[in-house]
Amino acid sequence: MANRVQIPTNNSSLIAMIADEDTIVGFLLAGVGNVDIRRKTNYLIVDSKTTVKQIEDAFKEFTSREDIAIVLISQFVANMIRFLVDSYNKPVPAILEIPSKDHPYDPTHDSVLSRVKYLFSNESVASDRR
Amino acid sequence: MSGQSQRLNVVPTVTMLGVVKARLVGATRGHALLKKKSDALTVQFRQILKKIVSTKESMGDIMKTSSFALTEAKYVAGDNIKHVVLENVKEASLRVRSRTENVAGVKLPKFDYTADGEASKNDLTGLARGGQQVQQCRVAYIKAIEVLVELASLQTSFLTLDDAIKTTNRRVNALENVVKPRLENTISYIKGELDELEREDFFRLKKIQGYKRREIERKMVLAREQQAVEKLHLQKGATWISYDSSQNLLSGTADKDEDIIF
Repeated sequence: MANRVQIPTNNSSLIAMIADEDTIVGFLLAGVGNVDIRRKTNYLIVDSKTTVKQIEDAFKEFTSREDIAIVLISQFVANMIRFLVDSYNKPVPAILEIPSKDHPYDPTHDSVLSRVKYLFSNESVASDRR
Repeated sequence: MSGQSQRLNVVPTVTMLGVVKARLVGATRGHALLKKKSDALTVQFRQILKKIVSTKESMGDIMKTSSFALTEAKYVAGDNIKHVVLENVKEASLRVRSRTENVAGVKLPKFDYTADGEASKNDLTGLARGGQQVQQCRVAYIKAIEVLVELASLQTSFLTLDDAIKTTNRRVNALENVVKPRLENTISYIKGELDELEREDFFRLKKIQGYKRREIERKMVLAREQQAVEKLHLQKGATWISYDSSQNLLSGTADKDEDIIF
């Protein structure tokens, strides 16, 4: 298989986050946050002053970092960089769209879930016919 | 269909026929195995699909409760708690361990979360007031992480499996529609050529047989004529002519013999 993706099996990977302040604070409280020697964080707080460019850069950095296994991204942030999220197709790190407090969760926007729903509905229609 | 009429470029011999037949057997077995693999992957895929849908739905609830817990903590401990939390970030105590699971030869990533250095930094957060609420909020978010990690591993499995199923199906179809017809065409071609060769050989043998028979008949006729001539000479009593003709006969048959060898 030429396009087989090597899945690293290391003991400790991080969870990166791109979300609004409240969500980030919550997850930091749980102990997800990490700051390395160069003061680089594994999260990005998105507020009204954050530009799309900053979000894009953060997304690209998190998805290319070796030590990150999961990227949590608020759905309203994901909608801002939808083209990037949709074109991302590697299995690791996994991109997860999470709901945020101020923005209700809309499953139709989720790139993975829409695919899942599509396949699932196909399948349930097929099983109904049986 | 371009694949239908194609055949391999081989020399039509019995050895090649054996080789191609062996290849066809191999292709058939490979096709059956790949089909089984594809079925196994599809079963796994559907299970994951169902799990993803249910987990995504439960994620909404869990995120709601954790957000609410945070709001409670904020209300009790004051809004500036977030600055304390943001300043206290040093090293992640909650990490993700990834391992691989093997399903029909496809490596699926699985994530587990591990908590080390249990609650070291934020222990004193909200010591003044609302400490319990803060701890509850922490627990709620850890639960959320648990669900999210599970969802992430399901999602990566989903993407990997999707890819693997596509590749496997492509291989199954290629074997079924390209490789196997081509090998079958080659076999029928070689068989046809071998039959043709056999017919040619048979025809040649028949031809030689006919030639030999005609040759023998001709010789017999010649010998009979000679005998008749000799008899005539004997009757005449001229011995020297008879001797001469017998010499001629010997040399004549010697010439003919070479032809008979063919």
